[in-house]
Amino acid sequence: MGVLTIDRAIVDAILAHARRDHPDEACGVVAGPVGSDKPVRHIPMLNAARSMTFYEFDSMEYLRVWREMDDRDEEAVVIYHSHTATEAYPSRSDASIAGWPEAHYLLVSTRDPAVEEIRSFRIVDGAVTEEPVRIVDATVDPHAVQTYMFGQSPATVDYECSGR
Amino acid sequence: MAIEVRIPTILRNYTGGAKVVEGSGDTLSELLSDLDARHSGLRGRLITEEGGLHRFVNVYVNDEDVRFLGALDTKLSDGDTVTILPAVAGGAFGFAAAAAILGHRAARAASDEQRL
Repeated sequence: MGVLTIDRAIVDAILAHARRDHPDEACGVVAGPVGSDKPVRHIPMLNAARSMTFYEFDSMEYLRVWREMDDRDEEAVVIYHSHTATEAYPSRSDASIAGWPEAHYLLVSTRDPAVEEIRSFRIVDGAVTEEPVRIVDATVDPHAVQTYMFGQSPATVDYECSGR
Repeated sequence: MAIEVRIPTILRNYTGGAKVVEGSGDTLSELLSDLDARHSGLRGRLITEEGGLHRFVNVYVNDEDVRFLGALDTKLSDGDTVTILPAVAGGAFGFAAAAAILGHRAARAASDEQRL
């Protein structure tokens, strides 16, 4: 099983984006060097649907961002979006539309302002497989520790799969 | 007439792993038929059974989304670059419900929605 390893600062930026756009769904990518599986460059993107229940990359921004990644020898290591009233688990439409099998599909839920709900999935041919999220260089966050209570240490916090 | 076509990873099983292939045609539809002759099955991933461009595939000619250029009838010229990207979309609701809410997209989605 794979694992998504991601910096705390990027997770924080994704969560901030999702909270900022709440109650609409937010979306974006985290680019990294091709083949590295390392997400390093956070690119918040427009939700062209501007909806509480649906998201779609703006077609022109999508082309521009993907070309830029190509020019920099990067790829979309993480593709993320938020659910704003439901759990951070891919919906049927998320799974059926997902077209980047090599990406980590990161979902966050903003339904509870006090809880960080972050989960990561591989979606291949519509089949969803959850994977753990390993957040590195974490600043000690008592809320995260209380919420997840898995594998945390001063240097890393592991968000384990919930077994669904 | 050579048109460069950029293929996303999910469709590279049709192109022997190639990221860029070349094809020809006066329109996008002709180009896709030409490509399908050498990369069998590729056209079927982009076109619905009803013959329209798939709702969840983005196709660009140079810097323009073909949905705003005439979709499959989009005219092509020698030296154009066609880029194919799978849509990045979804959300908490099923798509049918979202489509009902997103009235402004109904026309654009038109022929493809029955797929879901």
